[in-house]
Amino acid sequence: MNEMEVYNSLTIIFRDIFDDDTIVINNNTSADDIEDWDSFEHINLISAVEKQFKMRFTMKQVSTMKNVGEMVSIIINTKE
Amino acid sequence: MDNLAYPFDSSKILKNRKKIKRQLMNNDTVRIKKNIAILGGSTTNDIVAILELFLLNNDIEPMFYQSEYGQYWQDSMFENAELTEFKPDIIFIHTTTRNITEYEFDMTTSAETVEYQIQKQYQHFESMWQSLTKKYNCPIIQNNFEMPSYRLLGNKDVSDFHGKLWFVNSLNMKFYEYAQSNRNFYINDINYLSASYGLDKWSDSKHWYLYKYALSISAIPELSYNVSNIIKSIFGKNKKALALDLDNTLWGGVVGDDGQNGIEIGQETPVAQAYHDFQHYINKLKSLGITLTICSKNDIENAIDGLKHPDTILTADDFVIIKANWENKDKNILDIASELNILPDSIVFIDDNPAEREIVKSRLPMVATPEINSVEEYIKVLDRAGYFEVTTFSEDDISRNDMYKANIKRLVEQQQFENYEDYLLKLEMTATIEQFKPVYIERIVQLTNKTNQFNLTTRRYSEGEIHEIYKNEGYIKLYGRLVDKFGDNGIVSIIIGKIKDSTVSIDLWLMSCRVLKRYMEYAMIDTLVEKCRQKNINKIIGYYYKTTKNSMVESLYQKLGFKKTSDNDKGDSVWELYLDNYENKNKVIKVNVEKEIVLNE
Repeated sequence: MNEMEVYNSLTIIFRDIFDDDTIVINNNTSADDIEDWDSFEHINLISAVEKQFKMRFTMKQVSTMKNVGEMVSIIINTKE
Repeated sequence: MDNLAYPFDSSKILKNRKKIKRQLMNNDTVRIKKNIAILGGSTTNDIVAILELFLLNNDIEPMFYQSEYGQYWQDSMFENAELTEFKPDIIFIHTTTRNITEYEFDMTTSAETVEYQIQKQYQHFESMWQSLTKKYNCPIIQNNFEMPSYRLLGNKDVSDFHGKLWFVNSLNMKFYEYAQSNRNFYINDINYLSASYGLDKWSDSKHWYLYKYALSISAIPELSYNVSNIIKSIFGKNKKALALDLDNTLWGGVVGDDGQNGIEIGQETPVAQAYHDFQHYINKLKSLGITLTICSKNDIENAIDGLKHPDTILTADDFVIIKANWENKDKNILDIASELNILPDSIVFIDDNPAEREIVKSRLPMVATPEINSVEEYIKVLDRAGYFEVTTFSEDDISRNDMYKANIKRLVEQQQFENYEDYLLKLEMTATIEQFKPVYIERIVQLTNKTNQFNLTTRRYSEGEIHEIYKNEGYIKLYGRLVDKFGDNGIVSIIIGKIKDSTVSIDLWLMSCRVLKRYMEYAMIDTLVEKCRQKNINKIIGYYYKTTKNSMVESLYQKLGFKKTSDNDKGDSVWELYLDNYENKNKVIKVNVEKEIVLNE
């Protein structure tokens, strides 16, 4: 799975979770950039991403992940 | 909404929660507003967010109070200005096995000590329920405990008093005993729910360590759905009737083609056995007061023939209405609803044919139309959906099918009279109209919460509130019970009037649809006037609050001789009646002529 494909799927998840079709994400996107992205929505986001990519983040990854870029590289590394 | 209908896709609900909520809020359904306090022993945010969706979908608009993380006990036991201000209509206590504090594994502990620990743990909860009941006097929904995720003693954990499983099960039993003796207390059975979901899937330690959720995120919709079923049942929003297809729904095969001998029901084949069990289940639902009807594309002769199969459990007699014809099913369902005097959204339609389901779903979205799969799954789908969640059970529920049948007989009789009043006189109606009695409080609460059509103000009352009114001398509170030659209709009408000086304001007046057009409303107002005169009250004020469902009583007060004093553009109106020249209106019902036989005592 390449970065492009991961971004495409992630964008759909972000738009569903935050119910906002205008969301565009990049490597630097973080909770500061999306108004509704609080700790509560973060949990839903992680669950939805795990479901979509059929993978599980480790607890350490969940608690240290800082932005979308880190999320994407974890996904790509896990799927390789 | 389809997304929220059982069996649902949990991950889809979690992911699209915001969108689903937006869609629910966009349709202009009229919803009852309820304040729901969630007291958690672990994180509850998502549980609340998803519960909101299911409640909105049941026409309940919730406002939530959430305790701070893990503060369920403190919130209940101590002064809590915020919660007092909030005035909860329901309190849900979300505690789990994670909140058990008195258990400590120790093989040297004696049986007496374990018993003491269990009792102590139980007291922790009971004192909380007592405190909540005293302060808020509203229904309490309490989780029981799910099984622990590991067993130090292996299989012995369940039978050895040192085991945690023993502890959990014993504690649960104590909860159930409390539920048996406290009517306003309901168990949310997460022990069953987690077992049916799969215990290993139910809890996800990662979600505990990371977010302090005591259950896996993906199990949250199951939990919230279960809680919403209890809540909607408490507020009288259970389904009331089943509309059942026949061929391949109640038996295998097509009776019109295969003949009575050719259909599969009974013990002869695996398929016949599955239909047998399904019929058995439906028959037991009937005994819980669920009204059975048939909605089948068949010639009526063939339908009846199938129901005479030697091995059938359900016979034509079990159904209040049989629609076996070639009309569209949505039309038949509407006819069933109007003949039963219930709203279509009280009906569950069971049909094996996806095409028929699709038509009903699109034309009558308010009718519950579950995807029932194949026959061996029917019971499970119907059972888990919780359409008929039992929270209260009254004498009335037992006899409901008979009452509806008597209604159909009355209809036949009515057609033989040209003059409607002659017909009513021939019904030999007698009514008991008296001030509330304690034995009827449960039924009165039930009526206030589920009556929509003949209901002037559509005010909903909790059991606690009705109890307060019962005790308060400042109210005239009447129940009306109607009996005729075909049977006892039970308690069918309620008036609650608040007394102020020489005036009575009618806070609530409702009547069950099963006795419409029997002039019971005349008997009720006559009795109200009589009671008013005894108390030197000379004026009655009536209110009509318009909803989408109560237009039938829009001009009731006018019909009774009230004068309109004000109205607004929402369609609400206020009416008054001076009693000086009031003449009795009822001429067909004998009121309070015999000493009433009180039910349930």
